[in-house]
Amino acid sequence: MAELTMIEAIRDALALELARDERVLVMGEDVGHLGGVFRATDGLRQRFSARRVIDTPLAESVIVGSAYGLALTGFVPVVEIQFAGFTQNAFHQICQQVARSRFRTRGAHPVQMTIRTPFGGNVRTPEFHSDSMEAVFAQSTGLKIVMPSTAYDAKGLLLEAIRDPDPVMFFEPLRGYRSTRDEVPLGDYTVPFGQLRVVREGTDVTLVTWSASVPVAAAAAAQLADEGISVQVVDLRTLVPLDEAGLVAAVERTGRCVVLHEGPAAAGFGAEVIALLQGQAFYSLEAPLLRVTAPDVPYPMPGVEHHYIPDADKVVRAVRSVLVD
Amino acid sequence: MTVDTSPQFKPATAAVEPIRLVDEGGTLLPGAEPALPMQKIFEGLRLMMFARAFDAKCFSLQRQGKLGTFAPMVGQEAASAGSALALDKALDWIVPQYRELPAQLHHGHPVELIARYRLGHPEGGSLPANVRVLQYQISLAAQLPHAVGLAWGMKLKGEPGVSIAYLGDGASSEGDFHESCNLAGVVKAPVIFFIQNNQWAISTPREMQSRVCDLAARAAGYGFCGVSVDGNDLLAVHKVTEQARARGLAGEGPTLIEAHTYRMWAHTTADDPGRYVDEAVTARWAKRDPILRVQRYLAGLNAWSDEQAQAWQQDIAAEIETIFERAMSESSGAPEDVFEHIFAQRTASQERQRRFDLGSEG
Repeated sequence: MAELTMIEAIRDALALELARDERVLVMGEDVGHLGGVFRATDGLRQRFSARRVIDTPLAESVIVGSAYGLALTGFVPVVEIQFAGFTQNAFHQICQQVARSRFRTRGAHPVQMTIRTPFGGNVRTPEFHSDSMEAVFAQSTGLKIVMPSTAYDAKGLLLEAIRDPDPVMFFEPLRGYRSTRDEVPLGDYTVPFGQLRVVREGTDVTLVTWSASVPVAAAAAAQLADEGISVQVVDLRTLVPLDEAGLVAAVERTGRCVVLHEGPAAAGFGAEVIALLQGQAFYSLEAPLLRVTAPDVPYPMPGVEHHYIPDADKVVRAVRSVLVD
Repeated sequence: MTVDTSPQFKPATAAVEPIRLVDEGGTLLPGAEPALPMQKIFEGLRLMMFARAFDAKCFSLQRQGKLGTFAPMVGQEAASAGSALALDKALDWIVPQYRELPAQLHHGHPVELIARYRLGHPEGGSLPANVRVLQYQISLAAQLPHAVGLAWGMKLKGEPGVSIAYLGDGASSEGDFHESCNLAGVVKAPVIFFIQNNQWAISTPREMQSRVCDLAARAAGYGFCGVSVDGNDLLAVHKVTEQARARGLAGEGPTLIEAHTYRMWAHTTADDPGRYVDEAVTARWAKRDPILRVQRYLAGLNAWSDEQAQAWQQDIAAEIETIFERAMSESSGAPEDVFEHIFAQRTASQERQRRFDLGSEG
């Protein structure tokens, strides 16, 4: 075990898999010589050669589309899209071509490919970098959607993603790259998809969230504990596949639920979570199901982004409101 | 002395003459060498005649309401047949758009699956494991990055093969065309970008797609060779594709081929070209018919006759009847088919929805 930041854990997973499996390629903008703009791939080109850690032209659509072709020749591409906002430049390749390949060829051309991309705000990036895109991709059936919140999960889920026989969108919380630090095993391990993690036990309210919002939820839970309110914090880890049984069981324990995410409310993944709970946990519910999300406005300029992204205070207010009898 | 600040790169002012080996009357041009052995020419002719009859059958079924919208390739048979004849189906990949029936068939895409695809059966999307053909592409130019990846992958593995990606003049305006040519040039992927310039993108004429005189001239901007060829000349298309393949295998990277041809029928069965096509132009292109040209060429060598044409047509028609009789007698799909082949394993929500849709859960 070693204490690693999330970015170190991701790099560790990539190095481990490049060493273990000859078919694995790492490709994207600036991933080779520079080692990635966030250093996720630092040193990998030197260790594994420019043939396997590939600097590509600045063109997201053909990065993803050519990775699909490479996958059909037997390679296992791990693509980096530099910021989640730029996945929109490859949208049709990801959602139409890669996601549906297995389906439209009736299993003849499945795609073993992982697309890593950092998402989320509060790091003062220029416009169009910071969007939370998970709900957009969740509508595109055929993609698995993985959203780690710890260094341990980032490594274990990334190894699981690269080995998964289906395409995976792997969203990394940008502001957690260096601020998240926890104990990570040095060797090989995987974290299975579709198994949520209980971050904090609690009996009054279940707070459901994922990735960049997990630290926000934990801070809110700590604040509420001082007021005598016991909050259970649940990290979904993967949105597709979703741990439906685990989610329903967690909410049934408390009878109350608030869902927290960084993307906008309208048609966000929180709506999916609430619809599921409404259908499957209805008779255990003691209060309305609430969401705490970004408002339904475009991602704003850095000067006001901390008002846009839900903070612990907003979560605390929502939790208090579902506890009013 | 003055510094010249005028642009160094200027556009061409006229199109080049497309490469041609056989003229419209079927005569080999002076100095042209017929590179294709006779047996291969017959193979190409058969593919072309079969594909045209297959489209005619589909058109008839569509008008009877038995088959959905499809895009016929009538008039363009030589472009895809000639290029496919230059490929090795054990080594090379074909990445079609949707007007390459002769190429798909030649490369081993089973005709039974194509019939089922056109009939809208889910299993019509499947592909045999050993066939190096990608599925139809409907989202234009999205197939080009895939072809680059296939070619690049073969190169990285040291395998002796190329990929060929087909597109139309319309699709050459898409961003994926630019991104694909650019990346292929950078990594010297052995890929052939094959534009079937059929002069139309539904109702939009070729001149509205690009200011350049020759689409093939764009290749220079990506650092590789471009070729303009008479797309209705089976022998010429074969020859330039064979050369492009050889360049790819020799490590010289991609080639962009522009084959000049004409969409003789509608864009799809849902289109009405009467609203925008000049009949006189269509009539002019009818005289350049690619099938008639091969037949005239062979007749000039005393290797073809009207009787033979009739016998082939009857034979092909019977074959196609059998294919569709069988395909139409099969199930058009069951409700559970939509829940198959999404992931390696269904998710919990898919299992729940499947049970509900199939009526086993209230």
